Amino acid sequence: MSELLQIEELVKAYGKGQKPALDHISFTVGSGRIVGLLGPNGSGKTTLIKLINGLLTPTSGKVLICGEQPGVASKAIISYLPDRLSLPGDQTIGECIAYYRDFYKDFDTERAEQMLSSLQIDRKKRIKALSKGTREKVQLILVMSRRAKLYILDEPIAGVDPAARDYIIRTIIGNYDKEASILLSTHLISDVENILDDVILIQDGSIRLSSSVEDLREEKGKSLDAIFREVFAC
Amino acid sequence: MSWKLDSDRPIHKQLLEVLLTGIVSGTYPSGSKLPSVRDLAMEAGVNPNTMQRAFTELEQKGLVRTERTAGRFVTDDREKIERSRDAIATQQLTLFLDKMQQLGFQKKEIVSFVRSKIEEEKNE
Repeated sequence: MSELLQIEELVKAYGKGQKPALDHISFTVGSGRIVGLLGPNGSGKTTLIKLINGLLTPTSGKVLICGEQPGVASKAIISYLPDRLSLPGDQTIGECIAYYRDFYKDFDTERAEQMLSSLQIDRKKRIKALSKGTREKVQLILVMSRRAKLYILDEPIAGVDPAARDYIIRTIIGNYDKEASILLSTHLISDVENILDDVILIQDGSIRLSSSVEDLREEKGKSLDAIFREVFAC
Repeated sequence: MSWKLDSDRPIHKQLLEVLLTGIVSGTYPSGSKLPSVRDLAMEAGVNPNTMQRAFTELEQKGLVRTERTAGRFVTDDREKIERSRDAIATQQLTLFLDKMQQLGFQKKEIVSFVRSKIEEEKNE
């Protein structure tokens, strides 16, 4: 049986002779896991995420999603939240929902509507009229309303206020299927560390540490946040 | 249920403590059905796998049983629950006694101290 996500000796160099952004990275993500991808700015998190989504091509090495290379099939099972706005500004939220519903077979409109009303977001508003935080919420709602096998969330809660952050984290826990997995990158470690199964710490394009979060806590007697600060002390 | 979790210690152990307290204190009475793992995980703001792990440990202790289709139930064995409660109480008492002895109290003094404190609260 193939893993949900398998990364083998992955290398990405943006230019010849330059230091690679990712240098021989290998790991796997099985089903039903929530994995945190953590690392300082410029460590290669977003590059890795783009490679998994097929937005970049590897210099060498492999990315396999359910045994297949990124492509049409993988896009149907991965729900991806990019690190920047990807919704058309002129459209209303309602139009964006219709767009997602038409585009993705696994989109659950009812779930999206329910989350919008819980966060009191007016679906008649245009994307460009929303605050940064609200835009992020809308984008995350759309991504989490798909019944995907793998959710890849690049900095999902960075611009969102603490109360909505709690709601979103609960939504993430409540909504994902038992078989599905989530790979998320964030700097807000203390907000998400209680929901992670595993953590991958990357630095300068290499994996510095990869472990179960509970094992790490047991072993070090410290929170993930404290461990992160220790490993990446400047 | 109050889920005050401390990120410095393994979360599943803390969840186990909270659930155990719920059972011995009667918040989850003997024989009653427990909420689903998913619901409790959402309430506590933790990963469902971690909540599941705490439940597995409760099952191993024989305090919770799973019925394939109906869900999870607190054991009908009241004696077992009582024994767990005594075990927790003994643990707390040991901690308390250690602390008091560190403060320089003799065992006899501790007893009279506790007694007068209880009397005081009765009169309030």
